[in-house]
Amino acid sequence: MHFGPHLLLAALEGLVTSAVLALTALGLSLVFGVMRVVNVAHGEFFMLGAVLAWAITTAIGGHPALGFLAALVISPLIVGGIALVAERLVLRRLDYNPEATIVATIGMLYIIQQLALTFYGPEARPVEPPFTYRILLPWFGYSGYKLSVIATSALLLVATWLVLTRTRIGLVMRATQYDSETAQAFGIPVDRVYGGVFALGAVLAAIAAVLIVPISQAHYLMGQDPLLLSFIVVIIGGLGSLRGTIVAALLIGMSDGIISMFFSPTLAKIIATLLVAMVLVFRPQGLFGTAAR
Amino acid sequence: MTPLLTTKGLSRDFGGLRAVDNVDFTLMPGEIRAVIGPNGAGKTTFVSLLSGRIRPSGGMIVFDGADITELPEYARVRKGIAYTFQITSIYANLSVYANVALPAQLTQRHGHSPSAVQGAVMDALERVGLADQAAMLAGQLSYGHQRLLEVAMGLALKPRLLILDEPTQGLADSEIDNFIALVREIAASATVLLIEHNMPVVMQLADRITVFNMGSILAEGTPEAVRQNAAVQEAYLGSAP
Amino acid sequence: MSEASPVKAYALHAGVIAFLFVLSFVLPAYYHGLLARILVLAVFAMGYNMLFGYVGLLSLGHAMFFSVGLYGAGLAVIHLGWSVPLAFLGGIACGAALAVVIGLLALRTTGVAFMIVTMMFAQVFYLVILYFASWTGGDQGMVVPQPARVLTFGATSLDLTDPTVRYMTALVLFSVVLLITLAIVRSRYGRVLVAIRENEERTRMLGYNTFSNKLAAIVVSGAICAASGAAYALLFGYVGSSFASVQYSILPLLWVLLGGAATTLGPLIGTLFMYYVTDVTSAYTSAYLLIVGIALIALVLFFPKGILGSLRQRWLGWLP
Repeated sequence: MHFGPHLLLAALEGLVTSAVLALTALGLSLVFGVMRVVNVAHGEFFMLGAVLAWAITTAIGGHPALGFLAALVISPLIVGGIALVAERLVLRRLDYNPEATIVATIGMLYIIQQLALTFYGPEARPVEPPFTYRILLPWFGYSGYKLSVIATSALLLVATWLVLTRTRIGLVMRATQYDSETAQAFGIPVDRVYGGVFALGAVLAAIAAVLIVPISQAHYLMGQDPLLLSFIVVIIGGLGSLRGTIVAALLIGMSDGIISMFFSPTLAKIIATLLVAMVLVFRPQGLFGTAAR
Repeated sequence: MTPLLTTKGLSRDFGGLRAVDNVDFTLMPGEIRAVIGPNGAGKTTFVSLLSGRIRPSGGMIVFDGADITELPEYARVRKGIAYTFQITSIYANLSVYANVALPAQLTQRHGHSPSAVQGAVMDALERVGLADQAAMLAGQLSYGHQRLLEVAMGLALKPRLLILDEPTQGLADSEIDNFIALVREIAASATVLLIEHNMPVVMQLADRITVFNMGSILAEGTPEAVRQNAAVQEAYLGSAP
Repeated sequence: MSEASPVKAYALHAGVIAFLFVLSFVLPAYYHGLLARILVLAVFAMGYNMLFGYVGLLSLGHAMFFSVGLYGAGLAVIHLGWSVPLAFLGGIACGAALAVVIGLLALRTTGVAFMIVTMMFAQVFYLVILYFASWTGGDQGMVVPQPARVLTFGATSLDLTDPTVRYMTALVLFSVVLLITLAIVRSRYGRVLVAIRENEERTRMLGYNTFSNKLAAIVVSGAICAASGAAYALLFGYVGSSFASVQYSILPLLWVLLGGAATTLGPLIGTLFMYYVTDVTSAYTSAYLLIVGIALIALVLFFPKGILGSLRQRWLGWLP
């Protein structure tokens, strides 16, 4: 292949990564933005979404599309429910103290991960894509499913954006984010908003995982990379900023695909992590965010 | 006599707002100076600039002949500028003794023996009348006693300039009388700069009064002169009881 | 408070050390080896406690300080043929140097950002170990050969692979670090560290450069953790990248939380207890990290002061 088509392929792959990453990171960003909670277990909600997708498609059988659609609905709902329970039982009782909640979500990370290991096992298992149509480009064929992942993610991102900016739910969330005490005084049930946001964050991660699992297989340790990348995205995009999150996800997802063609993946990770740490040290409001309050 | 502290053109902006505007200020050694003015006149910002808690936008500060404008707050403390907080800021989870030991061990640096630190701590606590409560947790003290602990922490620094930011706020009348006596006693060994709303306290204590209004000095003089000043009456005394 | 009963405190610490010494002659072989390992890891926890307990800085990246000592000492022996004492000191020096760099950067942040930044630097360190696999052995790790793990003083030589020598060396390291911790905590510097934890701004306004004090605390903490790592490499003969993974940043936090943050003996108790629990449970399940997760949540929810912290609060106010 010539360089041009090669780059196009890398860019397409980068877009798939970006799309899934944007959804995952958006969940992390919402939880941090509204609740000021750094959810270290976010990657495990992602993993749980993928593992449940495998379980659901296996249980349903029949045409792959049937199982996949069921998984796309049921798996995020279960994950959201688990997140809600965790929020009620643990985070709320810690009064959302930032340091205590980090320690607690680390605990959740291990619990979810090890339960997955115990009940799902150490194997990586594939999920069949709902359709296998290949789009033929002049230089190579490309998976229609991957393109549909990009489209679905984009749709969900737009939908989330509309909810956040155009609806009462979004207004309530923003009010809580801006000043939870005043919001409480104005009759906003801050408690329920927190529970809902934490569950929503987990749901977004689970959807992203269901979308990616036909491409990358389900495994009990698969939450680690999305967690790290989401952190990177959220930090670069500016903590709690929706637009920044999406721009940063595109940047990271695209460069991840392109950089890994030239560098070893480990070196790429080293450079990316180091750069992000430096952003956090020297420009904590993110590259695209404005100064935090 | 050379001044202990002077500022030249000292200014501080917050966004578009100029909280302290081009202030020239002189403080002589040994005096008790009160800074008064209506709310929002820039008093607290001004002493925060002196103590180094915030940086000036312009101008300079000279302490004991040396330019300290660029010095960080902790270095100013070591030069002898102590600051007691308007909102009580003690170590609530530590003992009263430990609260004072921290500043005391700084000034006992060359004595270096535990007994020297202990002597300095108990001395400061006795001066404010808290010696009996040394073993208590600071957070368990009454509010008035916490204010006194603030002062004891300042005293343990053996400062040359002690800045008291609204020290009598929230104190009962009986406590205020003791406090006035305490400040007089402190003034024997240190220069005192006092921000105060309580006019009787100011009139009893201050050798001179500086009146702030809208970020700059409106008037300055003896309590008697300030009381007579028409501009001050209009800007400040007229609106206060 | 730290002014009270210095005699009691020193007697207690001497007693603990003496007890551990006697244990060496009583314990069956398996527990003897286990306890030697726990003593070395307790040093790691004590280093962590220095920063987390006393200064209130919660790092999520201390695996890098442990493993920089581990690799610093281990690789110096393997590749450079350094003697044991030199490699040990080299490991500590690496830890202190890394701590200076990390401290200068990470201390520009506070709170949650500090936690994330330290975690990211540790992740970089972990990946660097994997990247330079030809020197570090990558994720396989490397074995420090037995002949290199012998201390020679003129005619006498001490073989660190011998169980008794190994235990006693671990105990000496543990005791020295324990007494150093006790001395720091009771010193005027220790008082400044606690003051920074309780109210940093006030401490600055009492004339202390809190940045340089915190930096010094990170360097002490990093050096102690590196000493633990270096000792681990030399005593147990293995350097591996798993010691640099996130998990080994979480474990000291767990040990310290369990034993009691800001207590001198808490790290030992937490490490002992947790290591024993995971050792027992790993016989039944491969998912021993499950216990770690449950313990973390239970501790922050119900028992935030840990074992010794709660004891001190209720009955033993003099406990350092």
